[in-house]
Amino acid sequence: MKIVNNKIPSVDGVGIMKGRKAFTDDYADKDSLIIKVLRSPYPFARIKQIDDSKAKALDGIEMVLTYKDFKRIPFTRAGQGYPEPSPRDKFVLDEYVRYIGDEVCAVVGTSETICAKALDLITVEYEKLEPVLDFEKAIDNKSIIHDEPEAKQMFEIGFKPKKNIAASYKMHIGDVEISLSECKYTIRETFYTQAQAHVMLEPHAVNTHIDYQERLIIYSSTQTPFHIRRIISQALEIPLSKIRVIKPRVGGGFGGKQAIHGEMLAAYVTYKTGKPAKLVYTRREVFESSYSRHPMKFEMALGADENGKLKAIDCNVLSDTGAYGEHALTVFMVAGSKVLPLYNKVDSVRFYGDVVYTNHTPAGAYRGYGAIQGNYALESAVDILCHKMNMDPTEFRKKNMMKEGETSPIFAIMGEGTEGTPMNMDTCKLQECVERGMDLIDWKNKYPSKDLGDKIKAVGMAIAMQGSGIPLIDMGSATIKLNDDGFYNLMVGATEIGQGSDTALSQIAAEELMTTMDKVIIYSSDTDLTPFDVGAYASSTTFVSGNAVFKAARKLKETMIEEAARIFDVEVEKVTFDGKTFKVESSDKEISLVDFSNEITYSEAQKQLQVTSSYVGPKSPPPFMAGFIEIDIDKETAEIDIIDYVSVVDCGTTINPMLAKGQVDGAIVQGLGMAMFEDVKLAKNGKLISGDMLNYKIPTRLDINKLTTIFVDSYEESGPFGAKSVGEIGIDTPPAALANAIENALGVRMNSLPITPEKILQKLKENKK
Amino acid sequence: MKINIKINGQNKTFEVEPGEFMLDVLRRNNYLSVRRGCDNISCGVCTILLDNKPVPSCSLLAAKANNHEITTVEGIQVEAEKLAKCFGEFGADQCGFCNPSMALTVYSLKQENVNATEEEIKAYLVGNLCRCTGYVSQHQAIKKYLGDSNENS
Repeated sequence: MKIVNNKIPSVDGVGIMKGRKAFTDDYADKDSLIIKVLRSPYPFARIKQIDDSKAKALDGIEMVLTYKDFKRIPFTRAGQGYPEPSPRDKFVLDEYVRYIGDEVCAVVGTSETICAKALDLITVEYEKLEPVLDFEKAIDNKSIIHDEPEAKQMFEIGFKPKKNIAASYKMHIGDVEISLSECKYTIRETFYTQAQAHVMLEPHAVNTHIDYQERLIIYSSTQTPFHIRRIISQALEIPLSKIRVIKPRVGGGFGGKQAIHGEMLAAYVTYKTGKPAKLVYTRREVFESSYSRHPMKFEMALGADENGKLKAIDCNVLSDTGAYGEHALTVFMVAGSKVLPLYNKVDSVRFYGDVVYTNHTPAGAYRGYGAIQGNYALESAVDILCHKMNMDPTEFRKKNMMKEGETSPIFAIMGEGTEGTPMNMDTCKLQECVERGMDLIDWKNKYPSKDLGDKIKAVGMAIAMQGSGIPLIDMGSATIKLNDDGFYNLMVGATEIGQGSDTALSQIAAEELMTTMDKVIIYSSDTDLTPFDVGAYASSTTFVSGNAVFKAARKLKETMIEEAARIFDVEVEKVTFDGKTFKVESSDKEISLVDFSNEITYSEAQKQLQVTSSYVGPKSPPPFMAGFIEIDIDKETAEIDIIDYVSVVDCGTTINPMLAKGQVDGAIVQGLGMAMFEDVKLAKNGKLISGDMLNYKIPTRLDINKLTTIFVDSYEESGPFGAKSVGEIGIDTPPAALANAIENALGVRMNSLPITPEKILQKLKENKK
Repeated sequence: MKINIKINGQNKTFEVEPGEFMLDVLRRNNYLSVRRGCDNISCGVCTILLDNKPVPSCSLLAAKANNHEITTVEGIQVEAEKLAKCFGEFGADQCGFCNPSMALTVYSLKQENVNATEEEIKAYLVGNLCRCTGYVSQHQAIKKYLGDSNENS
């Protein structure tokens, strides 16, 4: 392969570095009305009265929007396919506010300054309600967060709003209690994971205007332009045909931009006034009023026999979806479905629990999407069991983990919100991932730990899997057009959000069309101009959208050969094409692609050659990886230095090894942030403490020493050129690997994230007592 | 009020509000490469060069820049392209929201210390956050850029 599996630079790297107009706010009309949102100071309250008369009287204020301006149409911001597996429990504006930062009303004016003044002039009378601020006390609490009659589920997701349950789920195979009672070794442990903020560097942004065809144009920094169009149409009752969503360059998403944020208000303002409008979230709003990762509690039980064979896994999970149920059920299920199949040889497994409403900032999609939470719990529990059995954790995993050619019954049982899809692991190089990881980290010599004097060196590891899109649901499509002069346009619905999909998808097209990268001009995600794609989530782009591009390229190639045969006046089978020239077998007839494209455009039976193909995965081949961490931990302060993080990944063929490495490296560092210090901190009254980047720390350059990321040889038959997806897998292992390394270093088990030096010292102190 | 600034080598006069910050003035005047990432000087995305030193424009009062020199990435296009190519070589670019600000900081580092070690690069760029890349590939790319610049000087 000349293009695929080669280190091709990003198609847009130079222009972006040079500061070309690219991101959503760069396209905002200079005369845009500014929209600012007044946000709730209370975690739970009913709005008794809003006095906006002084604000409305201000020169430059166009309108003040309250819940009275909107018809009560429930929708979900989640940004998922239709029908959504998340409850429709949100209104554009509502009489009730359900978390500190929830929308009370919006002011629309000619400048930021005027809007800020107007916000100060609005007085709101609230009836304060008793908030639910402890997710373990949410069920059957006397405060009901969603008591409104309109809220509904689109299909059965266990939605019981009167009990503060947004979704619930249970599955079992065999009888775990019986299996556990038969095991020689059992452990029962409880784990907690925290809310993590996405902190993509570009805040949520949207701008809107009406074009000369009187249509509503929405520029949005989104991962899901087609879903945005549908949800806005549904909630504001604007015909779908009147809306065009354009996704320009997006400054990072990580799941945070799967949802709809300011788009609803901006769309309404422009639709109502006919004037351009924009809404750009402040960093505080991104933290307080978008969404974060679902915090979860896991009660785990594991059992193994005398030979170290894992027999039973039991997980009772409680998840906090905050004030609204975005991704409540699906994130919950992924905590099981993309974790439990790692150990497919158990006799019995059970996974059950609830996703509850609280008066916290909502939780939503975030890279890893439940898998990182579940991975931390299961892979921590596995190490605890190994310690009990006195077994090397790598040995245990090699004995019990998924192998190539095998399957797990869980794939058929658990999907994302629905039943799953059975599949065999046609590619699963976990064995090699573990073995190479052991070599690279030098497990033999470093496990479990080494006393360095003031510090202790230790290693820890974990294995992980993810998916490649949602099978039978996620659809991606691609259109390829041949232009005169022999170059191509590639139009994809797939959503480049900085992960490099425009580059990777262009590579797939260029490889199949046997051309060079400069001859494939990609344009992604414009609901009027590109074909449909669900968007950038669920690790779907390389596999699902990539397959669509591959199919389109292949079909266009066939079409071009047919047309060439017609021009040559020979049978199709006689024509060959090498990317540059069409030739007729056993004759000297030939025509270059350039001449062919010019003829077919201008002179010889002219026609536009263009094909569209789409793809829905019949399965979702999981990428796998083994993660190994080496730390030095200070004996006195428990300060942790990450010396190296080794990632050995099976994502099939890497379409672009550099970009794939970038995905894994970046995800590892986000995972380390979650493992070590990132924490959405709330005061007792539900107020966000970590509402800016000084109080919410993400990893800086100084936190990272070395990342050793490699890919094993793997070829997934069902993927484009053998590829699986790679966007999320990297984030899953750091929390468990770190917790395991710390136990190897100090003999203490850290059962909650993040694992800070303070918590470690506290635990050491407790253990001494 | 009016301020006079030499921006990217050109003398310009901007009308500004007394309390206005440079970031807003620049964006209003179509220097769109300068972008906002946070509210309180902690992400580095809005970096510009003030008299050749990197500063966050979100906290620079426009009035204070009166009679000073400002550089945005629009003013160092050749260097930005060179750096972009190094980023491309190591897969160091992802979303790129922070890349123009990174180009300015790296350009400034080059002028101060073209032989910077990895530790010195990290220390110099510590205020330029990136959530996408995990940083390591960026440091490799920046080393390459500095090395190339050194060879050619």
